Amino acid sequence: MEYRDYYQILGVERNASQEAIKQAYRKAARKYHPDVNRDPGAEETFKAIGEAYEVLKDPEKRAAYDKFGSNWEHGQDFEPPPNWDAGFEFRGTGSSGAASSGFSDFFESLFGHSYMGGGRDRHTAFRVKGEDQHAKVALKLVDAYLGSRQTITLSRSSVNQRGQVTSQPHTLHVVIPKGIIQGQRIRLEGQGMPGYGGSPNGDLYLEIAFQEDPLFHAEKRDIHLTLPITPWEAALGARVTVPTLGGKVQLKIPAGSQGGNRLRLKGKGLCSSRHQGDQIITLRIVVPEAATAEQRAHYQTMAKLMPFNPRQQLGV
Amino acid sequence: MAEIHYLQGTVLDEELLCSLTELCRLCGVTAEVVHEMVAEGIITPSSSPGQQWRFTALEIRRVQTTIRLQQDLQVNLPGCALALDLLEELEELRLRRGRQR
Repeated sequence: MEYRDYYQILGVERNASQEAIKQAYRKAARKYHPDVNRDPGAEETFKAIGEAYEVLKDPEKRAAYDKFGSNWEHGQDFEPPPNWDAGFEFRGTGSSGAASSGFSDFFESLFGHSYMGGGRDRHTAFRVKGEDQHAKVALKLVDAYLGSRQTITLSRSSVNQRGQVTSQPHTLHVVIPKGIIQGQRIRLEGQGMPGYGGSPNGDLYLEIAFQEDPLFHAEKRDIHLTLPITPWEAALGARVTVPTLGGKVQLKIPAGSQGGNRLRLKGKGLCSSRHQGDQIITLRIVVPEAATAEQRAHYQTMAKLMPFNPRQQLGV
Repeated sequence: MAEIHYLQGTVLDEELLCSLTELCRLCGVTAEVVHEMVAEGIITPSSSPGQQWRFTALEIRRVQTTIRLQQDLQVNLPGCALALDLLEELEELRLRRGRQR
């Protein structure tokens, strides 16, 4: 198994006081709490912090851990010396903190022996509903637009016959209904952690996130697109082809359009059976370069024919 | 080869309503805990006179987040209410910023 450097995880010196360890833990826990920090790696970090604190907050565990010495590197292959824990009093007490499911092999084999399975109510471990699980799926926008079928792999921890916690990949096939939106959750009953003693399994909550798309941006049900047009298309009006999640459509640009103006394609956003979303198009006027003498002369003619001050509003 | 079985979940949106009992069961809390959260304004049931409370499925998340913030960070109930509101605002701002880029 891999050595875990709990001091490094909490960002404290090896000789830090219990008070300093507590402060470092509190600060890091607030920062990386998965409800607060949307970074996909936050949950792992939060667990690692919790695990580090579980050991370092307890003077007995900390002293036993310290006996391994300070020469180990985080992640280095590690076997504890025989009887490393002789004379310490934590054996068999198991872990006592919150949310200890998903701790590392390192923790479990050293400090987690009487651990009897997941759940925040471990004192009733023999008959308890399985813990709910939370996961995120990052969909392509088009999969939300059309609805799709997704295969999702989660990491799931379970207790083996030796009482150790191991984690295995767990694969699920899930229907994503058409018109699901960012942040929405799907509840899959009984697909969470297994229950104990004949109690039901926990539920699985899948939170929807969208992969970044090069063209489109979803805001609730509406899909935003910035559409580049030429100055003459803006001034004279035009029919242009526009991409949508459902394919290409024709759009009429009204004469006299300005950059930043918005046009709406009804029903081209994320529509479910009960809700409609639109595609919202923001016009961006792209000005062609005056590369040749003839082109420059053309701009000069425009300046003569259409003199106006676009900065009037600025009072200059 | 065995046919793949696709699971069909329930979308937890603002249209899906649940009763106090269902909310308690889903979140693994007692009715007393829910009452405290209602009193704090963390969740707001809809009810007409003489009718039972109804919660939208969006409130399941607020209850679950509150429980986690309480357990993991020892945030008290008013603190959770504040954190939830700020998190929601942050989320909206992030979405809007995403469009402007």
